[in-house]
Amino acid sequence: MSVLVVLEAGHRMAGEALTAGRQFAAALGVPLTAATIPADLTYTADGFTAAYEAHARATNPALVVFAHTYQTRDWAPKLATRFRKVLISDVIAARVDSGSPVFVRQLFQGKLNSDVRATGDGPHFVSVQAGAFPPVEAEAPETISLTPAVEPRQNPEKPFRESTRAVDLTAAPVIVSVGRGIKDEGNIPVVQKLADALGAELAASRPICDAGWLPMERQVGSSGQTVTPKLYLAVGISGAIQHLVGMKGSKTIVAINQDPNAPIFEVADYGIVGDLFEVVPALVEAVQRAKS
Amino acid sequence: MKIIVAIKQVPQRDSSLRPAASGLWVDEANLGYEINEPDAYALEEALQLREKHGGEVIVVCAGPERAQQSIREALAKGADRGIHVETDAVLDTLQTATMLADALRDETADLILTGLQSDDLGYGQTGVVLAELLDFPSSTIIMQVEIDVDTLRVRRELEDGWFQNIEMPLPAVLTIQSGLNKLRYATLMGIKKAKSKEIRVVQPAAPAASTAVIEKVYAPQKSKQAQIFTGDAKTAATQLVEKLKFEARVL
Ligand SMILES: Cc1cc2nc3c(=O)[nH]c(=O)nc-3n(C[C@H](O)[C@H](O)[C@H](O)COP(=O)(O)OP(=O)(O)OC[C@H]3O[C@@H](n4cnc5c(N)ncnc54)[C@H](O)[C@@H]3O)c2cc1C
Repeated sequence: MSVLVVLEAGHRMAGEALTAGRQFAAALGVPLTAATIPADLTYTADGFTAAYEAHARATNPALVVFAHTYQTRDWAPKLATRFRKVLISDVIAARVDSGSPVFVRQLFQGKLNSDVRATGDGPHFVSVQAGAFPPVEAEAPETISLTPAVEPRQNPEKPFRESTRAVDLTAAPVIVSVGRGIKDEGNIPVVQKLADALGAELAASRPICDAGWLPMERQVGSSGQTVTPKLYLAVGISGAIQHLVGMKGSKTIVAINQDPNAPIFEVADYGIVGDLFEVVPALVEAVQRAKS
Repeated sequence: MKIIVAIKQVPQRDSSLRPAASGLWVDEANLGYEINEPDAYALEEALQLREKHGGEVIVVCAGPERAQQSIREALAKGADRGIHVETDAVLDTLQTATMLADALRDETADLILTGLQSDDLGYGQTGVVLAELLDFPSSTIIMQVEIDVDTLRVRRELEDGWFQNIEMPLPAVLTIQSGLNKLRYATLMGIKKAKSKEIRVVQPAAPAASTAVIEKVYAPQKSKQAQIFTGDAKTAATQLVEKLKFEARVL
């Protein structure tokens, strides 16, 4: 019995998976082990699933731990299914209670939490959310290299980037970011005025770019840009984890949202609970007064 | 082409959500429901593929009786028929995918689409598990779908603005990312036609016991104390700017 950490080659969250694994191993009182498939071996869902299935059957871990990355999303549920288990995904905390692990995971994009108990015999499968288990300086466990040995059905080509980015949000000292609270494309000037008053770049959450109201290159988050300006104003953005990972390193964060329970307030330094269509114009005036 | 779209009915966005008295799920009194957003994009993609390649689009939804509203909505947008897997329980992803797989095994689908995750449970895996149970290849977080006879070429979203094209044989399961197309609205004609379209109701076998049991649903504890300004917009805005200028020193 052990805790097996799956290390995604070259991924920045590998250290976070190890932190989680270390913590779970200590709580369960079992040793920590790790495995990886080297980066020069092409990723396919079929190949990775088969390699890790063989390894897990041979070593029978109590718990298999992943970072909740896009690659994990693609194959870890297949692996868990082979053991007739659910991948308890995107967890933010864990404890051992009456001998079995209980994981905390968010529901409704962070609006509520849930405690999920892994019941029955292992192996159980769990992936951890970005930022929940920060990497620490510690000795790495022995890491076994695995090799995919099946003929995969998927035939992947080389990854590529759509185009060079015309807007580099990472260089902006101040960013005004707009979310679905803006309701309509025709309302974008409301936040543009605030950006102008602050000398800020305008950015957005994903749904705004999906709808074509702002170009893709202004998207902040896991599938957009990661920014760390000295001031980030989130206007009508709920604060889903995929948005937070792209901006929570900002020095000062301001949230404007009509829902006092919106998860964005958890990462904010300052907040205004209210209707953005009243608050933002008032803010434009206040900024202009302060600057003149 | 026979395309199946698995949709989930979830509480409407911006619903006010409270834990149920049981503490095991949310209080469902007064909630409105809608099609899970990424599933709506999956449905749209299926309809566009049918327009290009011909064939049939079938929507399948596991859920209580009210799930039929969402199936009707999909039929009104243009799906040809529906399958309602009737179940009242809050299921885990393996239980749901097992019921869907059982209901779909005899359909001989060419392609199964579903959203990449649900807005309620958010496990992000029903599609992948369904693929595994049906022994179909799968790919996730899909932003583009092309079909050439019996080969599928898809564009998968990677992190930080990267993409990757992947080929695989049909039949296959894809999980669709929001924003890969533009959603259509149901027309009046579509709504009228939907009334006479078939919805097959399937009573699923009792699911195997869950190995991931929700024991408690609760409001997250606030850990960071943001300074919140309330009151009228003008006062709040003035107070905020003061703080940004003199405390945070970012103006
Ligand atoms: C694999 C994957 C990758 C993703 N990548 C990204 C990404 O890179 N970036 C990203 O942002 N998202 C990403 N998402 C989507 C993410 O999960 C959320 O769906 C998205 O961030 C929500 O955007 P939002 O906050 O603008 O909208 P919503 O969640 O709909 O929030 C809107 C907010 O506006 C508030 N509001 C409404 N009206 C008003 C008003 N009048 N005044 C004030 N407030 C108001 C509401 O209270 C609500 O909090 C990704 C999702 C997945 C699954």
